[in-house]
Amino acid sequence: MAYIIQGDTGDWEIVIGLEVHAQVISKAKLFSGAATEFGAEPNTQVSFVDAGFPGMLPVINGTCVEQAVRTGLGLKAKINLTSVFARKNYFYADLPQGYQISQYDQPIVGEGELILDLPDGGTRTVGIERLHLEQDAGKSIHDMHPSKSFIDLNRSGVALMEIVSKPDLRSPEEAGLYLTKLRSILRYLGTCDGNMQEGSMRCDANVSVRPVGSTELRTRCEIKNVNSIRFVQQAIEYEARRHIDVYESGGEIRQETRLFDSAKGETRSMRSKEHAHDYRYFPDPDLLPLVIEQSFVDGIKAGLPELPDEKKARFMAEYGLNSYDAGVLVAEKASAEFFETVAKGRDSKMACNWVMGDFFASLNATGKTIEDPPVTAANLGALIDLIKDGTLSGRLAKDVFALMVETGKPPAVIVEEKGLRQVTDTGAIEAAVDAVISANADKVAQVKDGKTALLGWFTGQVMKATQGKANPAMVNEMLSKKILG
Amino acid sequence: MTKLTDLTMAEARDGLAKGAFTAVELVSEHIKATEAKRALNAFIVETPDLALAEAKASDARRQAGKAGAMDGLPIGIKDLFCTEGVQTTAASHILEGFKPPYESTVSGRLKAAGAVSLGKLNLDEFAMGSSNQTSYFGAVENPWKKKSDPKAKLVPGGSSGGSAAAVAARMVLGATGTDTGGSIRQPAAFCGITGIKPTYGRCSRFGIVAFASSLDQAGPMARTVRDCAIMLGAMAGYDPKDSTSVNMAVPDFEKALTGDIRGLKVGIPKEYRPDGLSDEVAKVWDQGIEWLKAAGATPVEISLPHTKYALPTYYIIAPAECSSNLARYDGLRYGQRVPGKTLDDMYKKTRAAGFGAEVRRRILIGTYVLSAGYYDAYYAKAQKVRRLIAEDFRKAFETVDVILTPTAPSAAFGMGEGSDDPVTMWLNDVFTIPTSMAGLPGLSLPAGLSQDGLPLGLQLIGRPFDEETVFRVAGVMETAANFTAKPEGC
Repeated sequence: MAYIIQGDTGDWEIVIGLEVHAQVISKAKLFSGAATEFGAEPNTQVSFVDAGFPGMLPVINGTCVEQAVRTGLGLKAKINLTSVFARKNYFYADLPQGYQISQYDQPIVGEGELILDLPDGGTRTVGIERLHLEQDAGKSIHDMHPSKSFIDLNRSGVALMEIVSKPDLRSPEEAGLYLTKLRSILRYLGTCDGNMQEGSMRCDANVSVRPVGSTELRTRCEIKNVNSIRFVQQAIEYEARRHIDVYESGGEIRQETRLFDSAKGETRSMRSKEHAHDYRYFPDPDLLPLVIEQSFVDGIKAGLPELPDEKKARFMAEYGLNSYDAGVLVAEKASAEFFETVAKGRDSKMACNWVMGDFFASLNATGKTIEDPPVTAANLGALIDLIKDGTLSGRLAKDVFALMVETGKPPAVIVEEKGLRQVTDTGAIEAAVDAVISANADKVAQVKDGKTALLGWFTGQVMKATQGKANPAMVNEMLSKKILG
Repeated sequence: MTKLTDLTMAEARDGLAKGAFTAVELVSEHIKATEAKRALNAFIVETPDLALAEAKASDARRQAGKAGAMDGLPIGIKDLFCTEGVQTTAASHILEGFKPPYESTVSGRLKAAGAVSLGKLNLDEFAMGSSNQTSYFGAVENPWKKKSDPKAKLVPGGSSGGSAAAVAARMVLGATGTDTGGSIRQPAAFCGITGIKPTYGRCSRFGIVAFASSLDQAGPMARTVRDCAIMLGAMAGYDPKDSTSVNMAVPDFEKALTGDIRGLKVGIPKEYRPDGLSDEVAKVWDQGIEWLKAAGATPVEISLPHTKYALPTYYIIAPAECSSNLARYDGLRYGQRVPGKTLDDMYKKTRAAGFGAEVRRRILIGTYVLSAGYYDAYYAKAQKVRRLIAEDFRKAFETVDVILTPTAPSAAFGMGEGSDDPVTMWLNDVFTIPTSMAGLPGLSLPAGLSQDGLPLGLQLIGRPFDEETVFRVAGVMETAANFTAKPEGC
């Protein structure tokens, strides 16, 4: 999937590394017992620890550690039994302690990997550099007063996992696939809800470019806090183009932090030089090194759910699905579960076609979610059963499905109410066939002369005459017998 | 009958138990003493009304047979401990007016044991200093006087100078201190009282305004070894709110005072006898060794080879941690704020106005040693040396049970002396800092008087979490020293 940008001086490729901040699903903050619910009234979920009051000390929340380890295992990563919390020192109004407690040179999770599911059905492995735990800062609000800023510390101290990829991504599309897959894994694990709109998953993109064929890593710029996958892709595209333009006009790229303006579709410099930060990292003396036991890790490992990659492999093996279909179905746990309910004891390819075809279309059309589907998995399964036992033809089934979406009724009820049962009565079909044959003697002759493709036309006519209720197989058989003998 | 303010904590406890006097009487006498000695400037905030109400409640508890281990005993709380509803300043302008809505674990435990606080005691600003001259609320005066110059005001030592002065001047029976590099032991020595910095992790740091987190430790200051044992028993113990507090049972320290130290080996570190050690201090040290020998212990010369690096190492690590710990004082949420045109301007003005010179000096040093490009040269190296210092002690304790050293290189000095040279000032902690770096318990007790009539202290250092042996040896030395001198007028 080579993504090349053509410049005036030649072809360029992009080198992208992503840092994702994923808010840990936990009832309490990383170092205090305060609640973490989204959308609470400002400053109602703040302990004295979170507000940086004198004498307050952090105490690590075991649940957050468990969630980080869980995520690490989900990313096939090395779990470090000893990790160290460090202080990242800087002054800002929404950082009450004057430092953020984060992990620096000894994170809880080391190298891992993530598999991208490419649109052509192929896969590509992207390296994970590390995952570390850190606390979030509060929120500054600058638009509520002409000269004052307001601070909401509800988010202060909330646990984040910073998941850092290796600079392995080569296109905006890959970056999007990476984020999609990562979000999928986090959701399967139940460690982050992955909701980018609410800010519980935020992405920083590190972008640089280099001439195709080169292996150097040029100066990168970091685009901070982008809050949708689409924007991440747009930001990368814009930034790469900007770098190329700068290089081609003889300029230099300065390492800096930039913001993406989604309204203008461009990035701009966020921090000027005089605000360049020296974070003065050092191990937090209020916290001892975090030491966990291998048995703790093993226990979490034993309780891991089946993750997207494994599920995909199983779907391919068990249901005979192709890589693309399996990948789509497992992207969300709920759709995989939906599919499996539909497919259980039935023709799995048929189940796959229905789920990925009419059912997904109905989700789009109705705006409903897989958690609250327009047609339940049980009803869709029942519909397939009606096709299998000959009650419905494929064509009738589509009509029934539309009515299921409309009414929410089970397919059998609709079939009864609307009299949509497929006609398999030989006499009735024969009458219809005979009527069509006698009305189209000229075409019969053509078929007899060898233009057998016209048989399909005859089928269509018979189906039309029976309002689609005739069993098409029976119609075909009878037509060919009567015309061709 | 002895004045109530002259009693030890143990005597007062027993008197209350026998009904010889009430807590209200005991507390009232001490309130009078605090008023009489106000010129020493030992208190930043006095809370007599609160104290009397608590004394009444204490008497009621005693009547109901529910008296705690320190019930009714008047004490003072160093103003580094957050006290619910009572102004807590760390002796800094930046926290002036701050009333915490919470209580530090240690002061809360003392309250729970029934102790009655008379108020918040003065200290060096943010506990940074060795002479209690850096307090925004003014210097504390040592109640002791030089025979040769009785008019000269002397420093009480620091940073727990208010605590030491209040205990020495009989304003309280005991006081809390905190010790980062010697801030309990050195003022105890300067004021002729006893104080112990327990093992790091023995007392919770929750609610204590942080100076250098990896070194700060709370401890008791009182007039006798027994009193310190009683008080430490009430202060110590595991606290789930402090990740560095150790989950370990608190022994009955008072029971450790058996008076029997026969067979113990007492380490005498040769590196603690530097050139220029005052003759008087050296003499008291030798005297201490003799006392222990006479009681059946064996002095053993030991070597703590990395001692000479302790002071410079400390003055990298402590400021590094302080520069970070004090970042929260930004004028945004509590304390003083000086408005500015921009956020950064507000920070600068607030912190420039709120912090005194010594605090600013240490923040600058700390910021420098942690900064990119200098971290490895200073902070990382200091941590390595710190481990070597701790290793010295660990090795020494393979052969000895306790270590005896002087507490400070000299007796209390005059206010203003040496204060123009911060480095000279820092040398006051030369004997106490290595213990702090290693996280070990260290106790200072008065062992004699200088020719000029000022108290001189000796320090006993113990194995980690072996405060019992330290107390046991200190009890024997206390008896031998028979230190009965008092500051004039007390």
